[in-house]
Amino acid sequence: MRYESPETLEAAVALLASEAGEARVLAGGTDLLVQLKTDVVEPQLLVDVKRIGELREVRREAGGYRIGAAVTGAELKEHPELKSVWPGVIEAANLIGSTQIQGRATLGGNLCNGSPAADSVPALIAAGARATAVGPGGRRDIAVEDIVLGPRRLSLGRGEIVASFLLPPRPPRAADAYLRFIPRTEMDIAVVGAGVSLTLDGSGGIADARVALGAVAARPLLVPEAGKALIGSTLDGKTLSRLEEAVRAACQPIDDKRGTREFRIKVAGVMTRRAAQKAYERARSR
Amino acid sequence: MAKHHIAFTVNGDPVEALCETQQTLLDVLRDELELTGTKEGCGTGDCGACSVLVDGRLVCSCLMLGIEASGKSVETIEGMGRGEELHPLQRKFLEHAALQCGICTPGFLVAAKSLLDRNPDPTETEVRYWLAGNLCRCTGYDKIVRAVMDAAAEMRRA
Repeated sequence: MRYESPETLEAAVALLASEAGEARVLAGGTDLLVQLKTDVVEPQLLVDVKRIGELREVRREAGGYRIGAAVTGAELKEHPELKSVWPGVIEAANLIGSTQIQGRATLGGNLCNGSPAADSVPALIAAGARATAVGPGGRRDIAVEDIVLGPRRLSLGRGEIVASFLLPPRPPRAADAYLRFIPRTEMDIAVVGAGVSLTLDGSGGIADARVALGAVAARPLLVPEAGKALIGSTLDGKTLSRLEEAVRAACQPIDDKRGTREFRIKVAGVMTRRAAQKAYERARSR
Repeated sequence: MAKHHIAFTVNGDPVEALCETQQTLLDVLRDELELTGTKEGCGTGDCGACSVLVDGRLVCSCLMLGIEASGKSVETIEGMGRGEELHPLQRKFLEHAALQCGICTPGFLVAAKSLLDRNPDPTETEVRYWLAGNLCRCTGYDKIVRAVMDAAAEMRRA
């Protein structure tokens, strides 16, 4: 197994695209090293992307924030503005593993590991984040919900790397939230995850809403019907019932030791309702 | 495949080693540099026994390749005491009987020191969350948490 740590995206793409055998991108490595150890993957080439400046920075862009794909959870938490502007995205990223994992784990890695239960992905989808991918054919922007196709399956082409995410500009009264269900208080994989992002109008009504779910289908889901159920409301009881109904209709979970199909569908509704209430309270207090 | 020649610092001292691509930083510390204070527990980032600091950041050394440490500053349990003098955390772990078999202890000490370096006056909740990635199957954690809180109090008075 070869190891390369190029300093430019172009060099990284060229290495990945020209490798005849299997090649893997190494960001934080918190999933990849475990997969290497257990022979889940046996690549001929590892391309460490952490020396590429563009992947390691957070900066303002077009009124929003551009977050490098290899910025760690710990760095996101310490950013002076992100946590107040995008509390849901940051709380989701910070739910991934322990303090030690946070020191290494990245948004790009959490997405490209291709797990349906990745915590930061529903939050990014709800936020309307777009990923910038760079490959042999150049750069393109992709909605985050269009990247994971199924467990460990991505829509990225050969040699294509997710370089960064763009979080859009935020209107004054807008907020997001992410909640997950796990059978303990810490250190676990989501049985259900729910991300909600809301924008309020001048009178406190919901002008725009995006809802996304994790761990209830083969890939993280954007649920447009659930967002629509919220728009025009002030989150009254009827609206919350419609929200839960739309969420449950979108769930296609597996049955496994962490949760039955029936349980996941029910809890998806509950988690989404609570995330919507949390996002609404945050937006109203701005 | 030729081995990689890597150079970095451990507890302030420059070190060099030869390693294979798949060797973790933990493997390099223990097997190449003979710094066996850092322990291997699970080897998959779940237990925290292999905790070290890399450029000031707490990480599991089992989840990082040795070659990724090139040019970095690594701090391990071996750098914690000063000669024969124990760090206050080490002393408090002994006083509070915060260890039994001892395998998790270096990881807990490195992780706890990293917390106190950032936050000299943590609440018990903050200590418990910060150390949630360090598993101990002997003590039941209460003695460890008490030792960390007591060490923090002593260090604030110093």
